[in-house]
Amino acid sequence: MNASEKGASAIELEAAQWIERREFGDWCETDETELGAWLDQSLSHRVAYDRLDFGWQKAGRLTVLRQGQLRPAAKATAPTVRPILSKFAVVAGVAAAAIAGWFELSSPAQVTYATSVGGREIVRLVDGSQIELNTNTAIRISDRRNRREVWLDRGEAYFEVTHDAAHPFIVTAGNVRLTDLGTKFSVRRNDDRLKVAVSEGGVRLETDGDPAKDRVLDLAPGQVALATASGVSIQREEKTELKNALAWRSGVLVFHHTTLADAAAEFNRYNHRQIEITDPKIARLEIGGTFPTTDVDGFAEVSRDVLRLRVVRDGDAIRISR
Amino acid sequence: MAERTDIHLEGTDSVTETTPTLAEVKAWFGREILPLEASLMQYLEHNWRNASDIADLRQEIYVQIYQAALQGFPEKPKQYLFTTARNLLIRKVQHERVIPIEAVADLDALNAASDTPSLDRTVMARDELRRLQAALDRLPPRVKEAVTLGKIEGLSRGEIALRMGVSEGAVAQYLVRGIRALIDILYGETSTPRGPQ
Repeated sequence: MNASEKGASAIELEAAQWIERREFGDWCETDETELGAWLDQSLSHRVAYDRLDFGWQKAGRLTVLRQGQLRPAAKATAPTVRPILSKFAVVAGVAAAAIAGWFELSSPAQVTYATSVGGREIVRLVDGSQIELNTNTAIRISDRRNRREVWLDRGEAYFEVTHDAAHPFIVTAGNVRLTDLGTKFSVRRNDDRLKVAVSEGGVRLETDGDPAKDRVLDLAPGQVALATASGVSIQREEKTELKNALAWRSGVLVFHHTTLADAAAEFNRYNHRQIEITDPKIARLEIGGTFPTTDVDGFAEVSRDVLRLRVVRDGDAIRISR
Repeated sequence: MAERTDIHLEGTDSVTETTPTLAEVKAWFGREILPLEASLMQYLEHNWRNASDIADLRQEIYVQIYQAALQGFPEKPKQYLFTTARNLLIRKVQHERVIPIEAVADLDALNAASDTPSLDRTVMARDELRRLQAALDRLPPRVKEAVTLGKIEGLSRGEIALRMGVSEGAVAQYLVRGIRALIDILYGETSTPRGPQ
């Protein structure tokens, strides 16, 4: 038992101390070097550290309980100020009440799932369906028996739905409701735009906003619907494009004639370190390639070495200019 | 009973052309192995009577898995993990001769291990947030307060110390305890409480 001359518990304590120092102390380059040396000392150090590191990142989803995250409107509807750690179902219900639309009446029988920036998570449902959450995403799932209903509150998710004609699977995002017809599809919500891409099967899309513009549409594989305040448009996307748009499921971003601005915006969804491009001429440059979602440095390197741009790091900001 | 009781580890020969980097192994470890920890702990607890060994066993298994992955990722991570666990338990009984044979509850059960349906597949939609919250609620009050202020409200160690009216050193200790306890519950909730006292 050579790996554990020092007991696992003692190693774990040291690993936890490193994580605490890194997250809450004044962390400098010397610390980084020391940590590196400690990790290199033994594989058992590395294993203990990685395990806590992953778990602690996951614990980051607790931030959905932060009071400050409730919208101002939600505070007004809450009769009393709730403790930070009140039952999350209540928190979710209050947040839901702040979102308009009759689809989104709040209910206590909901379970919330959320990923933090850079996170990715698969939620498996009892009926065999599964939902894959992309970075910075929050959904609620109906807890009621015989109800297959999911609300996408923010972010992006990929649904693989086990078809059951008797119990339709319903996804609600803002004032758009999607009903599966046995299917695989992705839904991405940012601000007031909603993008639905169908890879298999079929999806019925209904809107509930302005009665004059409300529509019911049946989407087929390969079709992408874009719903905004001004209406719903449908386009057809090539198979490879659809596939690229789902590359996040394997932790990568695929760019193909993508403008630098769009690529930067994509990276910024997954990382706390934000890429800033202010020059419109640079923003229009096109790039291609595959990057891990967290590889901001790789992207910066390509900008510098291939596109010959200037890359300046300033804290959490990475500024790209000429 | 000797070495031949070891099950052949499928995947050991499926070495990719270039060996994985540390970063790749870390990502793989987090993605493929850690979600299985609850099942692994259950397996170890079921098959090993001495509860105080379990943290060390888990650590040793992880080290072996990590080491193997650095040479190339096993094709079936789950099977690989449980086979590694099983082989380790058997080796411990047979070769070290420190532990009496009764320590292993059921060698036959060990043999069937890799086919055992485990929690991660049968329990659907594990609610991590709910578990994290439950875990948080079970922390001692001061530890919980420090973790809440640090992880949820995003305060630094110094700010937490001010709020709680204790030294930064005390806050660091609370946080370290909180990190370990939360993660134990998150990944490998077991019947025996572990972690710092």
